[in-house]
Amino acid sequence: MSVSEPLPKLKDPGSQQPALLRNGRWSGFNHLLAARMTELWREPEVMFWVFVFPLLLALGLGVAFRDKPADVTPVAIVAGGEAQSALTMLEHSPEHSLIRAEIAERSAALKGFRLGKYDLVIEPTPAGEFHYLYDPARPESVLSHREVDDALQSAAGRKNPLTTSTTVSSEPGSRYIDFLIPGLIGMNVMNAAMWGIGFALVDMRQRKLLKRFVGTPMRRSDFLTALATSRIVLMFVEVVLLLGFGVFFFHMRVMGSWLAILLVGTFGALAFSGIGLLSASRAQKIETASGLMNLIMMPMWIFSGVFFSYERFPAVIQPFIKALPLTALNDALRATVLEGATLASQSGRLLVMAVWGVLSFLLALRVFRWT
Amino acid sequence: MTLAIQCRDLRKTYDGKVEAVRGLNLEIESGECFGLLGPNGAGKTTTIEILEGLLSPSSGQVTIVGKTWESDARELRESMGISLQETRLAEKLTVRETIDLFASFYREPRRSDDVLEELQLTEKADAWVGKLSGGQRQRLAVATALVGNPKVLFLDEPTTGLDPQSRRQLWDIVRGFQKRGGTVLLTTHYMEEAERLCDRLAIIDHGQVIAEGTPADLIARLGGHHVVEFAASGEQNGASTEIWKQLPGVKSVHKEDDGLVCLHVQEPHLTIPALLDSIVKRNSHLLHLSTRQASLEDVFVRLTGRHLRED
Repeated sequence: MSVSEPLPKLKDPGSQQPALLRNGRWSGFNHLLAARMTELWREPEVMFWVFVFPLLLALGLGVAFRDKPADVTPVAIVAGGEAQSALTMLEHSPEHSLIRAEIAERSAALKGFRLGKYDLVIEPTPAGEFHYLYDPARPESVLSHREVDDALQSAAGRKNPLTTSTTVSSEPGSRYIDFLIPGLIGMNVMNAAMWGIGFALVDMRQRKLLKRFVGTPMRRSDFLTALATSRIVLMFVEVVLLLGFGVFFFHMRVMGSWLAILLVGTFGALAFSGIGLLSASRAQKIETASGLMNLIMMPMWIFSGVFFSYERFPAVIQPFIKALPLTALNDALRATVLEGATLASQSGRLLVMAVWGVLSFLLALRVFRWT
Repeated sequence: MTLAIQCRDLRKTYDGKVEAVRGLNLEIESGECFGLLGPNGAGKTTTIEILEGLLSPSSGQVTIVGKTWESDARELRESMGISLQETRLAEKLTVRETIDLFASFYREPRRSDDVLEELQLTEKADAWVGKLSGGQRQRLAVATALVGNPKVLFLDEPTTGLDPQSRRQLWDIVRGFQKRGGTVLLTTHYMEEAERLCDRLAIIDHGQVIAEGTPADLIARLGGHHVVEFAASGEQNGASTEIWKQLPGVKSVHKEDDGLVCLHVQEPHLTIPALLDSIVKRNSHLLHLSTRQASLEDVFVRLTGRHLRED
């Protein structure tokens, strides 16, 4: 055992001791960052919440709000009289692709209508007219009534007095998924930074690991910056994953440069690292910190335009909404991703994030409890 | 001899109410293994954490290797290693990663491999900390203290909750450090540990040093190296201890809650016959009689009237 080896007296640091190493200025920071990343990598739950969950959310919402082909309306024509000619007229009308008509006995047609099998029932009258049966409380029934009536009228030779034209808009860039993905990135940057930093700190405080660390010559600022840096590294991965996912699955178009997008994300990650640090700066229990963090994040989940535009809120609270760091992050992300805006044009929003980050970081340093 | 650790009139009051440390003085020489002995709540941990620079005292002076916390905090942290009463190190780092991490904080750390070998953790170097046994975890905690190549080692209850074998392993490590010229300050509430490991001891109760010296000194101060314990019929209900004090060779008497009477004696061969005579004269008879060597536990009981571990 090395205990018994004749080593030079410790009281004499001038003597040569080959067993000693020499550490540079950044050795502590580098090891803290590496240790943090290693720990995260070995924590399966973290990997799930940070990487898999946002992708599942994007996939679910993207599929739910995808651009579907327009619905085909099922219609029943009561057998007898002019039924056959009504069917022929519908099949040859310009709207034929939207209407699926079939001839049915009167009782079967009414039963099918009641059960939702048909949106509309057409009954030819002995006088050669058509009588519609529809339910104004069912939107698809109302729609069907108008479509079928239009189809029959134009098939019968109606001329429109006014010429109109339409453009179909389902181009990438203006769909819901295009709005959603930058919002999800913003929310994920916030959640990951707040939980990641807050939980790690409270956990280390509970384990007395913070106390153990300050009993060494470790620089306290190195510790905190390493923690924030680990969030930025993770943020890069998250942004690339989520945006890449949007590009491959939903054919999103990324108009801005990826570098600009990552820089916007860095501002966001720093802002929320500061806020996470502040909210966990004194808490001794996970419950205390998580309650506080929920309280802080709640208004941003609601107001910052993650899932829908905050323009719907009253004008009075718009300045308040725009001062929230997540609003600034989401707006800046949408501007760079969807419109290709330059960083300079986003300087106001970047400033909002920087102010939040710097102020909360400085305040956290003052009130931080290491023991 | 130079002083490694010195504190004068150390006081710590929590929230202006609880006085954890009330005027404590210590002088620990370089190369010594010094023990703070006392029951839970005596102020041991508060004292050691003030010396470690983790708590600031309400008043009093602390000097470690000639430096103070006010002026040389960074240098002091470079020259000491600490093990807190309870630190749960990151579970998902390996033993080697943990030691490397701590090594990275020091200007001139020892090689992790050397420390692993010294603490018999080489085989576990790549195991996650979460998978270690209690003894291995405690050795790792000491490894993180030794990797900075300290001059002074602070250990707060290093062996609490360990099995006897792990405890002995740790004692060897502490002796090894001391052999290389290091100074050790440890707290414990294990008498055996204090007697075997420490060169000198301070017994602490209610935030003050109530006795100080080598283990042998402290036992000698009891007046007797032997303890005669007995119980006699009719003695349970508070008979005066004065009768027993007058027996030949008895230096001091202590009565246990369960009725057992302890006599600290110089020469048991004079005391025991007299004791037996006296019991016969009082028309009672012996229920129990035993003799043993006096220990630090007896010193503590003598000084405070309480046992060290009254949990």
